[in-house]
Amino acid sequence: MSPVILHSDLNAFYASVECLYHPELRERPVAVCGSAEARHGIVLAKNQLAKKAGVRTGQAIWEAKRLCPGLQTVEARHGLYLRYARAVRAIYARFTDRIEPFGLDEAWLDVTGEDGRAVADAIRRTVKEECGLTASVGVADNKIYAKLGSDYRKPDATTVFLGEAVPRLVYPLPVSDLLFVGPATAKRLALCRVNTIGDLAAADPLFLQSVFGRIGPMLSSYARGEGGGPVTPLGYEEEVKSIGHSTTLPRDLHEPEEAHAVFSLLSEAVAARLREHGLAGRTVAIWLRKSDLSSAEHRLTLPEPSDLSPELLRAADSLLPALFDPAAFRRAGLGIRSLGLRVASLSPLAEEAQLTFDGRLAAREKMRAGEICIDSIRRRFGYFAIRRAAALLDPSLGKFPDTHFSALPGSEELEVAAKEGARPS
Amino acid sequence: MKGSEKESFRKTFVAATVSFDPEGNITPLRVIWRDGRRFAVDRVLESRPAASLKAGGSGMRYTCRFGNAVTYLFYEDGRWFVEEKAPAVPGKEKDSDV
Repeated sequence: MSPVILHSDLNAFYASVECLYHPELRERPVAVCGSAEARHGIVLAKNQLAKKAGVRTGQAIWEAKRLCPGLQTVEARHGLYLRYARAVRAIYARFTDRIEPFGLDEAWLDVTGEDGRAVADAIRRTVKEECGLTASVGVADNKIYAKLGSDYRKPDATTVFLGEAVPRLVYPLPVSDLLFVGPATAKRLALCRVNTIGDLAAADPLFLQSVFGRIGPMLSSYARGEGGGPVTPLGYEEEVKSIGHSTTLPRDLHEPEEAHAVFSLLSEAVAARLREHGLAGRTVAIWLRKSDLSSAEHRLTLPEPSDLSPELLRAADSLLPALFDPAAFRRAGLGIRSLGLRVASLSPLAEEAQLTFDGRLAAREKMRAGEICIDSIRRRFGYFAIRRAAALLDPSLGKFPDTHFSALPGSEELEVAAKEGARPS
Repeated sequence: MKGSEKESFRKTFVAATVSFDPEGNITPLRVIWRDGRRFAVDRVLESRPAASLKAGGSGMRYTCRFGNAVTYLFYEDGRWFVEEKAPAVPGKEKDSDV
């Protein structure tokens, strides 16, 4: 039996929920923004009217208002969006138990054996009636084309990519519409004269591998609607691939010492979470966002897996010069707006210990014992019961761990074109 | 009201007397208006999850008959609300952030 896969995408999710609660805003351009006070004042989501006026996700509020003078901004209420995401998921569960969420606002559903279009229409109708939200649903025999379908026509539409007509409909689409083809990959593909999904499907996988490495053949199979894997059932927990923290700082940073202070807090938080999961990681990556909102990541491989904050901190400090040249930043009038630290290539702690003759193992065990002791003190008496001296140098920087930590989008090698973390566009 | 004017509604939270059956199902019995008046629910005609597109929000929607009138009563996040007709405010609306 041929699989029937749906991909459901809630249109302008955050903005739609806000418009539901503010009926007076429905006919106006609306942008959902982070808190300006906490310097998260960027556009997180926008409705169709704002989009038409040129408002883009990630823009600063002032920039969005300049493009769209009548723009109504509302502060994001994540708890509310979570409630709606759960309610929509409960609706999906009436139709199938094979649901694979993709962020808060998207999900794949396996409804093999059913009439895909009929189920898609019923889901859209139910979501609209019960939650007041619209969804676009793609129907295909694989996850990749189903996702393509949900992006094909918006809002509130069902698109079916099934049968012999599929290549005729799908192949002329720009390659950037394909899942996991972000702007950078699309640019590189264009240099190889691969502009449409059809071009990518026809390209030699060996050639793609030579240019893009192991994701080359994967992109090629995605273009042909192969791969993407089955829809994993709800409740299936993916193995943790990386652990990271990032933070938007209360003020722009201009000195490496300030970045060091922030990394000391981030490394402690990441190391504590690694220990919580019983994991250690070999790859350490730092991520930096400048005050112009451009960002970059740099990484290195440790000689042995680590879950210890001093080792992560040392790695972060050694990576920083690749991303941050204080003189160049000063010349360009830039500062560091956000910093992140991520550890990947994880392995269970028990497997990682490499016996050595030089007593380093004993030294690391001692360091780990110290860290575990700090974890325990914090669990019992609160985070601020024990802190690094570096955190005391600038009280505003030392304050953030409890309030502003957020998960760093784990990118690995792939660009997730349609998503930035779980943030809807 | 002029034909061209769009009817507007506001979300008005109300106090309610309800009953729970052994399965945990809730049935509203009485609504207490802000001025203290009590309106007995004669009959619940339907109950289902629904969005309130008029007043904003969503929850369990009870279609209730109060005498000759049929009104939606919503239960959202532990609170009850109705879609109350709001008188149109003359003059230009102010553009402001919410």
